[in-house]
Amino acid sequence: MDPECSQLLPALCSVLADPRQPVADDTCLEKLLDWFKTITEAGSSLLLLQENPCLLGLLCHVLKPQDLSPRVLAFSLRLAGMLAAQEDCFQYLQGDSSLFVASAAGQLLVHILGLSLQGAAEGHPGLQTGDWPVCAQKIVSHIEESLRSAATPQITQALNVLTTTFGHCHNPWTQVLWVRLSPLVACLLEKDPVPAAHSLVDLLLSVARSSVLSSSSCGLWETLAQTLSHLSPTQAGPLALGILKLQECPQALRAQAFAVLLQPLTCVLEATAQAPGLLDSLDGTGGASVTVDTLLPSKAACVGLLCRTLAHLELLQPLPQRPSPWPQAPLLGATVTILRLCSGLATPTSDAGGHLCAFLVGCVRVQRAALDFLGTLSQGTGPRELVTRVFAVLLEYLTSPDSSPTVLKKAFQATFRWLQSSPETPGCSDLDPHAQLFLRELLPVLPKRLCSPCWEVRDSGLEFLTQMIGHWGGQAGFRRALLASEVPELTEQLLRDPESYVRASAVAAMGQLSSQGLRVTPASPEHPGGRQKSLLAELLRILSTDSEGFPRRAVMHVFTQWLRDGHADVAGDTERFVARVLQVASQDLDWEVRAQGLELALVFLEQTLGRPSSHCPYAVTPPVAAPPSPLAQALRPLCRVQLFEFAFRALFDCDRPVAQKSCDLLLFLRAQTASYSGPQGSGSVPEVASVEAALQRWQAGDQGQPLGYLEPEVVVAVLRSMDLEGLRGVLAESSDRVEKSPQSLLQDMLATVGALGEDEADCY
Amino acid sequence: MKLYCLSGHPTLPCNVLKFKSTTIMLDCGLDMTSTLNFLPLPLVQSPRLSNLPGWSLKDGNAFLDKELKECSGHVFVDSVPEFCLPETELIDLSTVDVILISNYHCMMALPYITEHTGFTGTVYATEPTVQIGRLLMEELVNFIERVPKAQSASLWKNKDIQRLLPSPLKDAVEVSTWRRCYTMQEVNSALSKIQLVGYSQKIELFGAVQVTPLSSGYALGSSNWIIQSHYEKVSYVSGSSLLTTHPQPMDQASLKNSDVLVLTGLTQIPTANPDGMVGEFCSNLALTVRNGGNVLVPCYPSGVIYDLLECLYQYIDSAGLSNIPFYFISPVANSSLEFSQIFAEWLCHNKQTKVYLPEPPFPHAELIQTNKLKHYPSLHGDFSSDFRQPCVVFTGHPSLRFGDVVHFMELWGKSSLNTVIFTEPDFSYLEALAPYQPLAMKCIYCPIDTRLNFIQVSKLLKEVQPLHVVCPEQYTQPPPAQSHRMDLMIDCQPPAMSYRRAEVLALPFKRRYEKIEIMPELADSLVPMEIKPGISLATVSAVLHTKDNKHVLQPPPRPTQPTGGKKRKRASDDIPDCKVLKPLLSGSIPVEQFVQALEKHGFSDIKVEDTAKGHIVLLQEAETLIQIEEDSTHIICDNDEMLRVRLRDLVLKFLQKF
Repeated sequence: MDPECSQLLPALCSVLADPRQPVADDTCLEKLLDWFKTITEAGSSLLLLQENPCLLGLLCHVLKPQDLSPRVLAFSLRLAGMLAAQEDCFQYLQGDSSLFVASAAGQLLVHILGLSLQGAAEGHPGLQTGDWPVCAQKIVSHIEESLRSAATPQITQALNVLTTTFGHCHNPWTQVLWVRLSPLVACLLEKDPVPAAHSLVDLLLSVARSSVLSSSSCGLWETLAQTLSHLSPTQAGPLALGILKLQECPQALRAQAFAVLLQPLTCVLEATAQAPGLLDSLDGTGGASVTVDTLLPSKAACVGLLCRTLAHLELLQPLPQRPSPWPQAPLLGATVTILRLCSGLATPTSDAGGHLCAFLVGCVRVQRAALDFLGTLSQGTGPRELVTRVFAVLLEYLTSPDSSPTVLKKAFQATFRWLQSSPETPGCSDLDPHAQLFLRELLPVLPKRLCSPCWEVRDSGLEFLTQMIGHWGGQAGFRRALLASEVPELTEQLLRDPESYVRASAVAAMGQLSSQGLRVTPASPEHPGGRQKSLLAELLRILSTDSEGFPRRAVMHVFTQWLRDGHADVAGDTERFVARVLQVASQDLDWEVRAQGLELALVFLEQTLGRPSSHCPYAVTPPVAAPPSPLAQALRPLCRVQLFEFAFRALFDCDRPVAQKSCDLLLFLRAQTASYSGPQGSGSVPEVASVEAALQRWQAGDQGQPLGYLEPEVVVAVLRSMDLEGLRGVLAESSDRVEKSPQSLLQDMLATVGALGEDEADCY
Repeated sequence: MKLYCLSGHPTLPCNVLKFKSTTIMLDCGLDMTSTLNFLPLPLVQSPRLSNLPGWSLKDGNAFLDKELKECSGHVFVDSVPEFCLPETELIDLSTVDVILISNYHCMMALPYITEHTGFTGTVYATEPTVQIGRLLMEELVNFIERVPKAQSASLWKNKDIQRLLPSPLKDAVEVSTWRRCYTMQEVNSALSKIQLVGYSQKIELFGAVQVTPLSSGYALGSSNWIIQSHYEKVSYVSGSSLLTTHPQPMDQASLKNSDVLVLTGLTQIPTANPDGMVGEFCSNLALTVRNGGNVLVPCYPSGVIYDLLECLYQYIDSAGLSNIPFYFISPVANSSLEFSQIFAEWLCHNKQTKVYLPEPPFPHAELIQTNKLKHYPSLHGDFSSDFRQPCVVFTGHPSLRFGDVVHFMELWGKSSLNTVIFTEPDFSYLEALAPYQPLAMKCIYCPIDTRLNFIQVSKLLKEVQPLHVVCPEQYTQPPPAQSHRMDLMIDCQPPAMSYRRAEVLALPFKRRYEKIEIMPELADSLVPMEIKPGISLATVSAVLHTKDNKHVLQPPPRPTQPTGGKKRKRASDDIPDCKVLKPLLSGSIPVEQFVQALEKHGFSDIKVEDTAKGHIVLLQEAETLIQIEEDSTHIICDNDEMLRVRLRDLVLKFLQKF
């Protein structure tokens, strides 16, 4: 520990020990612990205590009964545990009402258990608990006692301790422990309701995931199966998901878990009297048929359970170990039905269906969850009739004025995923007729959404549009439909939207539209492409005048993409374009815009100097060919667009990412010019000296003076003379290293309670 | 307590409550949907409407062709439009003591009631309700009077003839009670009977009940009412809203502990969420105008239009509509826009605070200032010179049967570039459009009804927990078109009592208590005796004095002492001697202890029998029987007065006397 910190520590200890002082927040205490941890890991704990007697004082002080904050108590316990883990001299504090203390005490128990068994049981995996060290036996019997308790908090504590144990320790003795305790755990299942069900699920999953336990031999699968059938549907869901995520697990248990997970959806299908085919494949998984009344008795229960179920299934769907065969069709059917119930579209005939409808109608939470899951289901296929229903329900959501902005956003996302997954017609790179038909109905909806008074709706509409153009911009059917709609014109209008997020999305969408040649251009023979030019001007206007960062960043992204793609507007006079953009970007107050400027500069640099690997051999307009001429010739365009001035300025940027990026760019450039044999010895050219002097002033913070036009030779010389590697090293260090230092932490904590000297002057 | 239901329209209620000795009319709504059966009144001569063919019966009989005209397969009455009045025969309306008005939409039948039924009572309403209600009536009268129509059709109303007509005329109800619009004179006379009240103001009605208006959050000055006596409370909820729009928020807390809650005026479009509809309104408006089309918004001159203008104020710049003119055409447009700005105390908190800045509470002031919103009394005059297209026009009447809107429908109906957007939920838009068919212009239906929906009602009922709920029958079942939507009905325990037009409901609670005051000197003379901890009794001799529904116990008149003292009193002059009054007894006789006491006093051979009402104690030897019941005790013994007195005294030992 450095002397400055040693000086501050006693004051801090006395603040912590004083119950009247406001305690620093948890984050501070956590950071403090982290710091002590690094100290103890680096050196001797004993030395630390000897050098800082105030620490011992604090630990002794907290043991006295007093009105100490639970946070400080927990902190002290953890510190003590860290310093002297071998010493089992702490009282069990599990019964403490404070979560902090209980959790700290629980963790302490786990550590003590682990440590005490490390030496003893390691060599003898067969050792029974009766032969364990006394302190381990004491802990085990304490856990047993807690598990037998009638008080749920105590059971929860015991289960949490065990969960941590099995999660962290993978030694053979954990199996011994489980064999001893599992009958007690199984006993919990006989109570109604099952106490601490949530913690119980965590424990069982933690045991099942443990690599040490051979699950078959210690009856774990039976316990899991039993638990699944005993827990309420809400509690059983996470367990079922956990079981299905296990790498190895008996097929029967998996089937049972899957049936539990699917139960709510089966219920929905049953209540709405779906086609029997759908029902069979969900019902046939072995689960007992449950009615809506018991599973989904109230609105709150119904909404909660369905949301959780859908979220669980969404997590399960992409996993390789998901159940197979995956009941894609019934799941699609159920999800569509839920969405229709939520929007009031479904007309259930049974009483149960009527109740469900009353619960779900207009429920935004379920709508969002179902749309998310529906999107995930697009990864699989489904019977044509069902896919038609999917598109129909999506269209309904996209059209309905009642769809809330967040629901609409999800509907757009799901729609895009479904369109993406719809098969392409063989032999023709166009959307399949099904999706085409859908698009024809969808495109009239889009203008209305783009005119919505709610900016979130306009924004998600634009995002959707951008995705669509990116994906299908080249396909004839899509192009025809889009050009026939008002969408392109409306999008252009939204470049002047009052909401900056919408402007940013409009910029992205316009960039895409223009790249794909989908911008509406009134045919006028005297001004071919006249309006196209104006988009560039419009984007430049946004870049230079927009008051918000998002639209400007979006413009830089579009420009970079245009440059990369050789967009017609850019290709005409690339140098002028790059020069102009860099000039504007260099003055931007938003560091991301400046960083994106460097990205654009890099693209230009690569195109100018040539980078064979990045070229597509079949590109229609290959970027500027690799330089056969002397490098100076190749560097000249870079000099003309003042790329170096931009990069050098960025090098000393007050925002670290910009400086780092610039540093990388210049290093790349220097590597490219390594072979160039220009005038050696930078000092010999007077221009080089003046540039270096200017750069030094820039580094000192005086960036007023421009560099002006630089000759390639000068640039190369300056690059060679600069310590770019050193600079990169400095930049790599976190910029907040000063703020993160322990000294600063201690000062901050003391300053909060006003214990630092300078504040005393304020007191009378 | 009875409720007479004079209107079948759930959002235009008219009910009469008989409570204690008062007769209170709750709202006075006018059902104007009857006008949909009539041909529109064009402000500018319309060749199309005036040349419609007359309607004839299937057999070719054309005797109705002057009264009924055919248009696109529908038959309309060619006459001055008529309105369906509340029931006037169910109860003698001259006996109504007061009329309580909830909001300006629910007072449109007032002139019919106050001017033609012998009504002599008082009408209570808040100031904005009266002022805006006057505007609505003025507009209505103006719309109808400025297009005089010579003909008043009545032949078709004959029951035998009506049966032969096509739907919907055939099914029109109560046609015989349909009446022409009132005159401005009647309006003024009706409004002069109104007494203004403020929220939470307590108004005594004949000392019998107290009525109090509460903010209902639906419109400027809109109220719910509490009608209460000392021991009973009836809440009348009509047209309330929990959404944050311009009016003061709804006062829910004061509705708690009601014996009966009469619930009317819920949203007419329970499936449409107002926010979504406003979005729909704005988007469709923008799309139309962008394509060079005009937008027509048929509306009332007050209410939702304020919120729409506020939305548009925020929206037009983002939608690039800054250069599009907005026109508001109504005979009362100017007053409506100005009134809204001066009722600061009736506005929501946000708008109230603006007044102190000082800024106008509604942004339409700025729209007017910047010339984006212009208002005109009629399309004649200044409007015709300022008129520029494409534009957005707000004008009445939402029924499309009279008002300037008729002209715009005729003018713009032929072009598919134009759009009519229906925002008022009171009329079926398809029926409203029927006489304009075939129509090329786009029609968008986005009804904005901010009144309570069923989810909000269910929360409200849970919150205020009334003992009984009374509501129109429409609210006790899902709407006919969506019979599976169990969520679109009132769900409460005990189930709501429903009413329909012309029904009389006996409200399900009995009055059990009445408050009586005791004069201080009488109270002073009382000698209470504690019979249980916290409960004391005292006998009172007093005179009950009742006046103006207030009851007071006064000391009995003192015996007038003979002044001279010489005259001998006559026996008949004797005032009853208080001393001979037997004391009052209370308490109960525990049988076991009573038997023990009997044994102590030497009685033996005691037998106890249980009876339905109590016990019989038999003293077999003495041939005596003591019958102990809850409220009486009898000692039956033959001619042994000594024994009877002994037994009586034993019984009295167990009772308290005072």
